[in-house]
Amino acid sequence: MSKSSLKQTLKDLDTKKISIRELNQDYLKRIKEKDNLNVFIHFSEENVLKQIDNLEKDNSAKKLKGIPIAIKDLFCTKSMPTTAASKILENFNPTYESFVTQKLLDEGSIFVGKTNLDEFAMGSATNTSFFGNTINPLSKENEPLAPGGSSGGSAAAVAADLCLGATGTDTGGSIRQPASFCGVVGIKPTYGLCSRWGIVAFASSLDQAGIFSHNVEDASILLQSIAGFDQRDSTSTKVDIPNYFENLDDDLNGKTVGIPKEYSIDGTPMEISQIWEDAIKVLEKKGVKIKNISLPHTKYALPTYYIIAPAEASSNLARYDGVKYGFRSDEINSLDEMYENTRAQGFGREVKRRILIGTYVLSAGYYDAYYLKAQKVRKLIADDFNRAFKECDFIVTPTAPSAAFPLNEKQNDPIKMYLNDVFTVPASLAGLPGISIPFGKDKNNLPLGIQILGKHFDEQQVFNAAVSLERSYE
Amino acid sequence: MKIDKNTINKIARLSRIKLDDKESEDYIKDLNSILDWVEQLNEVNTENVEPLSNISSSILPKREDVSNDTNSSEEILENAPDKLEGFFAVPKVVE
Repeated sequence: MSKSSLKQTLKDLDTKKISIRELNQDYLKRIKEKDNLNVFIHFSEENVLKQIDNLEKDNSAKKLKGIPIAIKDLFCTKSMPTTAASKILENFNPTYESFVTQKLLDEGSIFVGKTNLDEFAMGSATNTSFFGNTINPLSKENEPLAPGGSSGGSAAAVAADLCLGATGTDTGGSIRQPASFCGVVGIKPTYGLCSRWGIVAFASSLDQAGIFSHNVEDASILLQSIAGFDQRDSTSTKVDIPNYFENLDDDLNGKTVGIPKEYSIDGTPMEISQIWEDAIKVLEKKGVKIKNISLPHTKYALPTYYIIAPAEASSNLARYDGVKYGFRSDEINSLDEMYENTRAQGFGREVKRRILIGTYVLSAGYYDAYYLKAQKVRKLIADDFNRAFKECDFIVTPTAPSAAFPLNEKQNDPIKMYLNDVFTVPASLAGLPGISIPFGKDKNNLPLGIQILGKHFDEQQVFNAAVSLERSYE
Repeated sequence: MKIDKNTINKIARLSRIKLDDKESEDYIKDLNSILDWVEQLNEVNTENVEPLSNISSSILPKREDVSNDTNSSEEILENAPDKLEGFFAVPKVVE
């Protein structure tokens, strides 16, 4: 069956070609058939049916009424548990709804379930989850591939057509890289566009909510629904949210695209360099001016990120102490022992590794050498982009340095795993909006992604360039 | 080597994470390799560069100083691993 788009489905619902119940039953059926992919941490058919019942009684017009959406299990939801894929939050039932999910509920969407992720969003393969790996729906039989991460469950849910869109979060590439691996569209908007209220915190100066969808038009509709100012997040920004979808314009004539030379990295597979060149050629044909730009501090983005993100994580994750919610160890002869055993048994290996490194770089005597140094290099990276955007309207790069790799391939060497984020991390550090769209395939017929970056709060330009490339590729 | 047995024990203690000997050894190896790798930042001249801690350009808006009751303690305590008479319960701290 060919996947229907959100845009088309909204039309079909509107013209009564299909009912909300019929639509969602179709998705429920597929979710149950694809159970082996381990896409969801929480799925309850009963819960979905209840939402359908409620919407059928609701006569008001709503923008996303009846649309099945999957939610990354990092967003607090009142109707479903929230685990962050960690044992330490097993059985946690939030008493409040995240900003982003509340917006989607207000629009009338139906939550089909909570999707799997790397534990506390720390990973690039959805293989650090306490609830097991998610399998990339594009895998061949007996050759399971990773869906990317950390939002691997959400990317896989869209790729396997188990929903019409999904929420994700992106700290260093956690939306864009899995979108690339699963052959779907994924957008991380500007830092501050969507409130972080109710998202389990990983690295607060980098965390940002975003969207997975089948195509760029759908992403533009969904992003508009989750964006907006919120006083409960002090970094949420008051900006006018345009109607991205209505304003979509694939005419790029006269625009300038920046091509950063530092993104040509030794060891990048030929196929990835090839699709990058192909994308540039397509843009050139559309009348886009090609401008070679330099982002000189690009190579320092990853080490900068792997100081700042663990430092913030070590602070954010201090709240999991076995007192207020979640898991508590049985071995509790004293308060300190309770903390130490709860955290030893409740966190997985990668999370502990990042807490330890974060604690080290923040500890007395090392703060200046590591954390402060990283914040200064971060400034230089952000300045690189500011300079570049004086000369171009958007930037085009590959999304990831590889196609989807076999499950568990990169588990043992942390640095090798961190290199997955080489093309996505710089924009995260600079807080810029970025989208990944499927563009070309490798020799094994696996999808590859092109990343488009824009200026702060210029999501419209990012969508316009993306829809233009997408339409020329189809 | 930046991280030795003493350092890892100190960090683990600060992090309130109990490590067994095998784990300590693994993390000593991991952390040293990560710290060697981030060492390359020292190549960058950051003299007179302001550290960037918040990328957001927004100015914190003021809000009205009004109280609101968003949660009941009862609801919150439902998630607690142990509770007693409307409070979180923990192992005895004072003898």
